Amino acid sequence: TIDYQTYLSAAEIAAIEHEVSIMETRDAAGIEALKVVQAHRGWISDDSLFAISDLLAMPIAQLEGVATFYNLIYRQPVGQYVIHVCDSIACHLMGYEAVLIAIKQHLAIDYGQTTADGKFTLLSNACLGCCDKAPAMMVGTEHYQNLTPASAVAVLAQLAAKGEADDCS
Amino acid sequence: MTVAKFNTVITPLTQWVNLQQPLDFTAYCQVGGYQAAKIALTEYQAHEVLEIVKNSGLKGRGGAGFPTGMKWSFVPMYAPEDKNAPDNKYLIANADEMEPGTFKDRLLLEGAPHQLVEAMIIAAYTIGANKAYIFLRGEYHLAAKRLQQAIDEAYQHQWLGDNIQGSQFSLNLYLHCSAGRYICGEETALINALEGKRANPRAKPPFPQVSGLFGKPTIVNNVETLCNLPHILKNGIDWFQGLAPNSDAGTKIYGACGRVKKPGLWELPMGVTLREVLYQHAGGMQAGLAFRGLLPGGASTDFLVAEHLDTPMDYDSIAKVGSRLGTGGLIVLDDKNCPVAMVLNLMRFFAQESCGYCTPCRDGTPWAVEVLARIEQGQGRIQDLDTLSKLCDFMWIGKTHCALAPGAV
Ligand SMILES: NC(=O)C1=CN([C@@H]2O[C@H](COP(=O)(O)OP(=O)(O)OC[C@H]3O[C@@H](n4cnc5c(N)ncnc54)[C@H](O)[C@@H]3O)[C@@H](O)[C@H]2O)C=CC1
Ligand SMILES: Cc1cc2nc3c(=O)[nH]c(=O)nc-3n(C[C@H](O)[C@H](O)[C@H](O)COP(=O)(O)O)c2cc1C
Ligand code: SF4
Ligand code: FES
Repeated sequence: TIDYQTYLSAAEIAAIEHEVSIMETRDAAGIEALKVVQAHRGWISDDSLFAISDLLAMPIAQLEGVATFYNLIYRQPVGQYVIHVCDSIACHLMGYEAVLIAIKQHLAIDYGQTTADGKFTLLSNACLGCCDKAPAMMVGTEHYQNLTPASAVAVLAQLAAKGEADDCS
Repeated sequence: MTVAKFNTVITPLTQWVNLQQPLDFTAYCQVGGYQAAKIALTEYQAHEVLEIVKNSGLKGRGGAGFPTGMKWSFVPMYAPEDKNAPDNKYLIANADEMEPGTFKDRLLLEGAPHQLVEAMIIAAYTIGANKAYIFLRGEYHLAAKRLQQAIDEAYQHQWLGDNIQGSQFSLNLYLHCSAGRYICGEETALINALEGKRANPRAKPPFPQVSGLFGKPTIVNNVETLCNLPHILKNGIDWFQGLAPNSDAGTKIYGACGRVKKPGLWELPMGVTLREVLYQHAGGMQAGLAFRGLLPGGASTDFLVAEHLDTPMDYDSIAKVGSRLGTGGLIVLDDKNCPVAMVLNLMRFFAQESCGYCTPCRDGTPWAVEVLARIEQGQGRIQDLDTLSKLCDFMWIGKTHCALAPGAV
């Protein structure tokens, strides 16, 4: 086990305790706690899991069960920007595959990989809820719609130039 | 009661939607916002509101179309001094919208957040819940920001918190942001998620209405279902039923995606025909493409083709032609997209989002993906059709733990 007080920052602990205060039980705040720590550290390491389970006094197996259940909890290190390309039906009918190929070529990575400079990680995502503006992708917390191969690459080029991270909460 | 004034409204749900800049508390009040909640709290007892909702004919817009008033009536009610009363009941707005081809709730969440807050006050009052959650899918970041703003404003103006507007009724409303998993939209999986557990569905019965969140009576309603409530209370049952030409009442937010001319969302009378949505509102197919078929209400509904286009889009009529109204979002297939590739895409989604709890779904969906992929690559074998039909049988209603697998086949 890991003592949460030595591992988590005061800001992380405060944010998690706030989530606990609106739930009925401590472990009900598990998913929120994971999101808090991920927002601060980018991803959820084993040490983070142990620290959160200590803070919430919940079994590590239950927390790991929660952490691995969700698409937006990263159990491996990710880049500064995580790109989620929608691969569901509307985006398929509108030809997202060409957008995906362009992104893969531009970044020279495949699904699940991170660029060498640590800027981008490429993942898929189920329907982003903007099917009337397909194809779509989410980068960090921003949604981009009506994509073409060229416009998707342009978005990434702009982000690479900008450099500052979006807060993924 | 003031009824007449509002009776001409025909798009109640979307009339104040503004995606650029939703109405803040003051602006929402100026257009009549929170009047319905006031009517509920000051003019009616809870059981009277329940009676109104029952008689309105409102059915759940989450896809299953279960009558809302009837669902609420299963929640046990207690006198204030009753010792058997549970210490809490819960109301949950299901905003986990993740069904591919469905994007209607997003419009209401981003465009009119106060409407949902007001609706939840009315619903919570009716079932006697003092705690409510909005369960929002993790990808809807803008909606999260706007909902939290609306909730904060409602607290500031005593529409949430203890003794709302000086009444006996108290309600705390919280926003919970999920982290991306389709099954969390299934109401019992959602409840497990909110309890901090892995979000596998629970067996029903018991239904959440009697034993839900932390074992307490709980109502889970879709966002669009809830948003109807202020309008029903303000304008009355007759008005609500008059909105629709057929037996189902009210309006419905229909949508269309795929290669149609004008993909989008429209609030229309419940029961307009598929043809009207497809041709009048979505503008028909893009130039050079012909219509091949559609899914009427999201990825989990069955294909319909040209001969079905005059079917009214209400729960009973669509069921009669062998599909389901579902969420009312058309996914339109054209003649240049391959139907097998389309089905393969859908099946991949279900395989990926299967929660893994029961064998027919956990193993059946990837198996179906494998077979479909083979057919799509032109290497199908005649026995593949047999396999697919067997798989469909294994994953049909009653053989799996929840409705994801039947939805997939
Ligand atoms: N909006 C979306 O993003 C999605 C919607 N769906 C829709 O969800 C539907 C399936 O949902 P389910 O909850 O499994 O359907 P269901 O028919 O089991 O339940 C619908 C509602 O009625 C209540 N209910 C049903 N029978 C009852 C009874 N005998 N006694 C008391 N209450 C009862 C349930 O508690 C629930 O709230 C599908 O029709 C599908 O279209 C599916 C996926 C995503
Ligand atoms: C796999 C699955 C996913 C679901 N996702 C949603 C959802 O995202 N939103 C929703 O309102 N209902 C969803 N439902 C339906 C809910 O279980 C439930 O029927 C609904 O929230 C009840 O609300 P209503 O009575 O207002 O329609 C889903 C059902 C299944 C089987
Ligand atoms: S049918 Fe699928 S999603 Fe539903 S409980 Fe079984 S494995 Fe999970
Ligand atoms: S299918 Fe891609 S946004 Fe809905």
